[in-house]
Amino acid sequence: MSTDTPDAPTDDPPSRAELAARVDELEEALAEATADDGDKKMSIIATKGTLDMAYPPLILASTAAAFGYDVTVFHTFWGLEILHEERSKNLKLSSVGNPNMPVPNAVAALPGMDRVTTKMMEKKIADNDTATIEELIETSLEMGVEFQACQMTIDLMGYDEDEFYDGVTTGVGAATALQDMADADIQLLV
Amino acid sequence: MSAEYDIAETLDVKGASCPMPVVKTKGAIDDLAPGEILEVLATDAGSMSDIDGWAAGTEGVELVAQEEGDDVYKHYVRKTE
Repeated sequence: MSTDTPDAPTDDPPSRAELAARVDELEEALAEATADDGDKKMSIIATKGTLDMAYPPLILASTAAAFGYDVTVFHTFWGLEILHEERSKNLKLSSVGNPNMPVPNAVAALPGMDRVTTKMMEKKIADNDTATIEELIETSLEMGVEFQACQMTIDLMGYDEDEFYDGVTTGVGAATALQDMADADIQLLV
Repeated sequence: MSAEYDIAETLDVKGASCPMPVVKTKGAIDDLAPGEILEVLATDAGSMSDIDGWAAGTEGVELVAQEEGDDVYKHYVRKTE
């Protein structure tokens, strides 16, 4: 049995035509890999449903849309409340667990305190002409933002699809969100 | 004292706060023809930085000028394409 390595030395050097074909192939693959596949994309996962935490995903979504981004916001768990037409108008602020609140936790935990702090915040929002959650959702939808309602959470909470704002996408799950994140230039979990 | 621009449209977003000045500016610029200039009147102090950043990061628009008036921030944005 020969000790020569059978493969490498017996190969003839590739012909010019073979090399040219290989170069073409690689150039094509490179072009495909670096191609600008159109618009910039942003993917946000919204998981919180308190009044204060409803704002950041909506403000960023509408602003990104103004920049020309394709935006999807995947709403899961309490984040789903933001897309619920009725419940989104009554999002609450928690007075407990927030050290910036003007009352100590022991007082904040008293019955009715969340309502008080929520009213305070709603008044500030109105006085300051800050957009409401409803306005931000309607504006974002007009600008082409895709709001996705996590199907698992819809089932978990026992919501009906028609309880969400018109234009909200239902019937989507984590795999959809993951695909959006993989394709996106910006990914945020809020 | 106002600069001399050939203004096609004026968008009044006085009173509105973030993100509305930028969002409404985007909506208004979409309705213009290439080359036309949009004037934006805002009271949001953040609009100076925000509209500057938006124009820099957005294709097809160009920030022509910004002026800080007594109570109003004026922005002039040209649609380029």
